[in-house]
Amino acid sequence: MTQYEAVIGLEIHAELMTRSKMFCGCRVVDSVEAPPNTAVCPVCLGMPGMLPVINRQAVEYAMRVALALNCTIQHHNIFARKNYFYPDLPKAYQISQYELPLGVNGWLDIELDSGETKRIGIRRVHMEEDTGKLTHLEDGGSLVDYNRSGVPLLEIVSEPDIRSGEEARAYAMKVRQILRYLGVNSGDMEKGVFRVEPNISVRPAGSQILGTRTELKNLNSFRSLAEGTAYEIARQIAVLRDGGQVVQETRGWHEGRRETFTQRVKEEAEDYRYFPEPDLPPLEIDNAWIERVRAELPELPDAKIARYRAEYGLTEYDARVLAEERAVAEWFETAVSIGSDPKTIANWIINDLFRLMNEHKQSITEIRISPHNLVELIQLVSNQTINNNTAKEVLAEMFTTGQPAQTIVQSRGLAQISDETTLRNLINQILVNHPEEVIAYRNGKQQLRGWFVGQVMKATRGQANPALVNKLLTQLLNTPSDNTNT
Amino acid sequence: MNLTLEDVTKIAHLARLALTEAELIQYQQQLSAVLDYAAMLNELDLDNIPPTTHAISRHNVMREDRVEPSLPLEDVLFNAPQQADNQFLIQSVLEE
Repeated sequence: MTQYEAVIGLEIHAELMTRSKMFCGCRVVDSVEAPPNTAVCPVCLGMPGMLPVINRQAVEYAMRVALALNCTIQHHNIFARKNYFYPDLPKAYQISQYELPLGVNGWLDIELDSGETKRIGIRRVHMEEDTGKLTHLEDGGSLVDYNRSGVPLLEIVSEPDIRSGEEARAYAMKVRQILRYLGVNSGDMEKGVFRVEPNISVRPAGSQILGTRTELKNLNSFRSLAEGTAYEIARQIAVLRDGGQVVQETRGWHEGRRETFTQRVKEEAEDYRYFPEPDLPPLEIDNAWIERVRAELPELPDAKIARYRAEYGLTEYDARVLAEERAVAEWFETAVSIGSDPKTIANWIINDLFRLMNEHKQSITEIRISPHNLVELIQLVSNQTINNNTAKEVLAEMFTTGQPAQTIVQSRGLAQISDETTLRNLINQILVNHPEEVIAYRNGKQQLRGWFVGQVMKATRGQANPALVNKLLTQLLNTPSDNTNT
Repeated sequence: MNLTLEDVTKIAHLARLALTEAELIQYQQQLSAVLDYAAMLNELDLDNIPPTTHAISRHNVMREDRVEPSLPLEDVLFNAPQQADNQFLIQSVLEE
């Protein structure tokens, strides 16, 4: 049986988080929440005589993305009109870039499940404007809200280097992570500010000829992207094995049925009659501008992961978890800069802080614990004021009250008992009160040792210094004469 | 340069113009004449001349990312033939 391989390219559309729109001063609003048509003006409504003007910040955001995706920034940029008739575009054209996009020839390395790294080429990154939003009514007709019309939009087109749904997901997640690091996009797929559309075809393995492709839409999560792509690959292979032909079309992903369906058959290549946008003079980007934007780029996830491993000795897993989100990475780095062992800080964040954040459904930017607070807590453990278990309780209370560790330890009397005489007396008292267990232990029932530790911890409400308790128990249980020596 | 009737029919369709047979022939002749006129440029040696996209030499006309007032809703919908729920109400769009 012929083996097939999939050839997949991804188109990603990402809105840029500017304050105002791409070509006019209307506010960029949440297009799901904002009342309809409250952020529109003659420019984004396509009124006759309107004149668009480029938002400089949008260009800079786009440059950040192009540079972070290792693209070459083109000096000479021309905007183009993409002509088509659909009511989401009141002008009957979309201002976009065509022959001269902002960024070309980029790449991005993704990590596969196997642990290998794969480089995905990026063909182009260009600037355009988003369209309005249509709501189709059940009894015919549609409502149009133009709040989203003219919102700065970036289109990121990969080379057809992707071979599976999993790779598609890994690539899209990494692009999203970088956009979030750059502070240019929230990555919210459900609200549609980050949209992924794969172009999928299959061909006999090893063949150089591309098969007929389909484009997949309605993917509003990474899971849908991976599943929908895998479904479409399997569907196309089944069609070919049946002796059929794949039809060039746009297919939608049905979230409930988890399958793809025909949305629109493309009988001929669309004819958008692109031509240079006469209303917008060329945009010339010189080297000085490019280098300034490059210098302002934050350290990106891959660089952070490498540094955390080399400089701080973190495991790859820990480094990845901490570098996943820029806000978390910066929180961690602040804690390290205040001064404590990076590995200890990493453990506290990954094991304990994340659990509390999950329980309370708070992000790192919302929590009341500061990096400084965590370092203080760690110091209380390292100077043996409190033990590790107590520290976990204290962290939970810090999380809910926002109080510093020291305050909680003092007000609740949680300081660890490290005074040898106090503990020795206490242990002796326990041994006196439980003569049968002492005899059983001395006759070889070693597992009772843990029970004795438990009794000491119970008597001290968990505050006994565990290392000291162990040392003293060893002494007192193994040397009968000490028993009465109080 | 002679446009075929097919070319003109396609252009008319892309522009959503419903033309009669007589009009198609008329536009075929007129559009061909326009293209012939522009083709005079081919007599020049243009090999090393980059395509002109704009007739004036300005570039980098940009605005700062500042929010300006938008239109009041009644002005936004003033010209709408139909409206509902503060939105433009349009006829069903039939995809081709």
